[in-house]
Amino acid sequence: MHEAPEIHRPQPPTKPGCDRAKSSHQTQRRRGKIPDVTVVVARDSFDTLFAALARRGYECVGPTVRDGAIVYDRLRSPEDLPRGWTDEQAPGHYRLHRRNDEALFGYVVGPHSWKKFVFPPERRLWQLRRGDQGFERVDEPSAPPRYAFLGVRACELAALGIQDRVFAGGEYAEPHYRDTRAAALVIAVECTESAATCFCDSMNTGPGVDAGFDLALTEVLGDEHVFVARAGSDRGAEILAELPTRAATAAELDAARAGVENAADQQQRRIDPEALPELMAASYESPRWEQIAERCLSCANCTLACPTCFCSDVEDVSDLTGEHAERWRRWDSCFNPGFSYLYGGEVRKTTASRYRQWLTHKLGSWVAQFGSSGCVGCGRCITWCPVGIDLIEEVAQLRGAQS
Amino acid sequence: MKELDTVIGEHPFFEGLSAADLDLIAGCGQIAVFRPGQFLLRAGTPADHFFLIRRGKLSLEMTAPGKDPFVFETLSDGDVVGWSWLFEPNVAQFDARSIDDTRVVQFDGKCLRGKCDADPRLGFDLMKRFARKLIQRFADTRLQLLDVYGKRD
Amino acid sequence: MASATSNVGNDASGEPLLPEPWTVLRAARETPDVVTLEIAPSAGSEPRRPRPGQFLMLYVFGIGEVPISVAGLGDRDAVVHTIRDVGAVTHALCQLGPGDTLGVRGPFGTAWPLEHERGRDIVIGAGGIGMAPLRPVVTAIMADRASFDDVVVMYGAREPRELLYTDEFASWRAADIQVEVTVDHADHAWDGHIGVVTTLIRYADFQPNEAAAFLCGPEIMMRFTAQELVQRGVDPRRVHLSMERNMKCAVGFCGHCQLGPEFVCLDGPVFPWPRMERLMAVHEL
Repeated sequence: MHEAPEIHRPQPPTKPGCDRAKSSHQTQRRRGKIPDVTVVVARDSFDTLFAALARRGYECVGPTVRDGAIVYDRLRSPEDLPRGWTDEQAPGHYRLHRRNDEALFGYVVGPHSWKKFVFPPERRLWQLRRGDQGFERVDEPSAPPRYAFLGVRACELAALGIQDRVFAGGEYAEPHYRDTRAAALVIAVECTESAATCFCDSMNTGPGVDAGFDLALTEVLGDEHVFVARAGSDRGAEILAELPTRAATAAELDAARAGVENAADQQQRRIDPEALPELMAASYESPRWEQIAERCLSCANCTLACPTCFCSDVEDVSDLTGEHAERWRRWDSCFNPGFSYLYGGEVRKTTASRYRQWLTHKLGSWVAQFGSSGCVGCGRCITWCPVGIDLIEEVAQLRGAQS
Repeated sequence: MKELDTVIGEHPFFEGLSAADLDLIAGCGQIAVFRPGQFLLRAGTPADHFFLIRRGKLSLEMTAPGKDPFVFETLSDGDVVGWSWLFEPNVAQFDARSIDDTRVVQFDGKCLRGKCDADPRLGFDLMKRFARKLIQRFADTRLQLLDVYGKRD
Repeated sequence: MASATSNVGNDASGEPLLPEPWTVLRAARETPDVVTLEIAPSAGSEPRRPRPGQFLMLYVFGIGEVPISVAGLGDRDAVVHTIRDVGAVTHALCQLGPGDTLGVRGPFGTAWPLEHERGRDIVIGAGGIGMAPLRPVVTAIMADRASFDDVVVMYGAREPRELLYTDEFASWRAADIQVEVTVDHADHAWDGHIGVVTTLIRYADFQPNEAAAFLCGPEIMMRFTAQELVQRGVDPRRVHLSMERNMKCAVGFCGHCQLGPEFVCLDGPVFPWPRMERLMAVHEL
């Protein structure tokens, strides 16, 4: 049998006797824990951080402003970060605004997610050449890229964990994903503000982080612009040790904690993840799908923006001589024509059936398949839907129809 | 030699019918054998009979000028054929042609209709049995129409 | 079974979407649009003996890849596939001849649980090309005939010339297997049944409460056959179906073959009826 491949999953440090405002375990987890070993990194030390990453051969990728949005791309210096920007989000709506401070992480998530690095939108899987044994592989499996992900939000950590289970948690492992993920350094940033489309608090995936990172930062804009920092792995601890740090003051810890709580408290959209699989399974025949289909354009934006959607197409090509062949994998979507093709026809011809597939999979059958919901509450599918379909509202409608 | 009511009682079509009813029905039936090529029913002719197939095989067919008869179903052991005897104007819709030596119980429709009219309870029981067969045959025909094995091009 | 030296096939350290080269040993035309290939690993490939019910991904160089169920096991590592020409890749597969190379990944998916049904009556219900994945079940039963009670093959096709393996029926019957064949349409040269495959159930000799069923064919055919068998008293958990969906990667990555909560490539293709009954009733699922 095949062994499940090892993926580097940093463990949270133990934090005995940590004083917390909230008492329930669930609340502690999603609102973040500030451990005793927390230190403070000054805003000015980001140059040092970038240098430490570069010394280790990491390509630093993270948020930057481009085309009127905050996207994830290569960061050459801290200057590439969206300093002083924030985002305004609503169903079908996304705008950047200037902040009246110098926050580096004063926004939430944009159209990109980290999946584009670990699961690229388009990738050649192999090249073959005809040969003595019929054919042989001619491309060398390349070393995985070595990314440092800077600015990974709590919901995105959860999304990476979900994709770990999809691509490397079962009988088969997707080697490029597995290796890229294992090599990547994850620097998480806790959210201290939420967008109107965020609902990580009710999905129990954020806005604080407690595991799955090498380094976690919480931005504090007080008299001094600092980051409360803690390591989640030895790799993270080594990097932290190279930065100028000092012990966090009680006020700074309080401010960090208050920021995370503020982000949770700001969230108006809520969902009950526990009840969703049953609701989805009971809703296959709901008339609501037809109503959604009247608005849904079947454009696939939600699946492209979603940090957990993993469907892909496999395409085989050859050159004109017929001597070389390649296989490409490209992001696909359950909204695309041809996705459900069986010889002669498509299983899901209608938009109603495609939206149903997406939502019932994401919120329902995903649990049976992978042990957790496929939704992390990031709100991207709401913001980037061109007609503003809001899955929170759709779930409420489906629930209303049930009761 | 089995008594006719025993033969009828062993046929799946009359499964569970009481001895008294079997006895009553048997009065309208007789054993018959059809040789290959012989017709049990011919489209357009009076449908005076229906048949319980005990053993053998027959085909249900339609004929068009200049073409081989079109066989749309074959029937065999345990099947029943013919229901035009039940309804006015009692004219057969299709040909039923024996393929093998086909051993049947042949019922006189007029005789049986009379007994059903006289005993509506028996009539209803028989009607339900025929209706179930008709529904099954109808469902099978629909499946056949779907041409499920075909290329969907 | 992962090999430390190979970087192909199912090796966990390698690329699970990379086929390995196999060679065509034998090619035979079954019907106007169906071909049976016997294939075996080329030197250096890592053979993995498939079980009946599982499928392999067959790749034609530069053209593409399709999932094809195992239709038989040949000598040593050879595997038999029966392929219907319905698209670009299957068309290319049907053109292959002895000595030609193709790519193979697998085997993948679940097998017919024949081992669990020993001692029972066995009902095999096949429709069209669906006879191919069931042929190795017949073969396995013949090799272990005493372990099973009554065995019946019910096989339906559109017309007589589309029937597969007709030259094997005599040997099946010689092994005390009842073989009932029906077609939807036929002329007078055909002396078998005419009608849909469900009509054969009434001619099949088996004890419903003692029987297990293996079904493969068009989804509608399987649905009606399963319903009819259950209505006659077969335990629904002993009715097994082989499902077809758009399997592109076969390893659970690509998402195309989902049917409700099931990944047909990993959780299937062979499923017990109770797991399919409700899903099959939902339109466009």
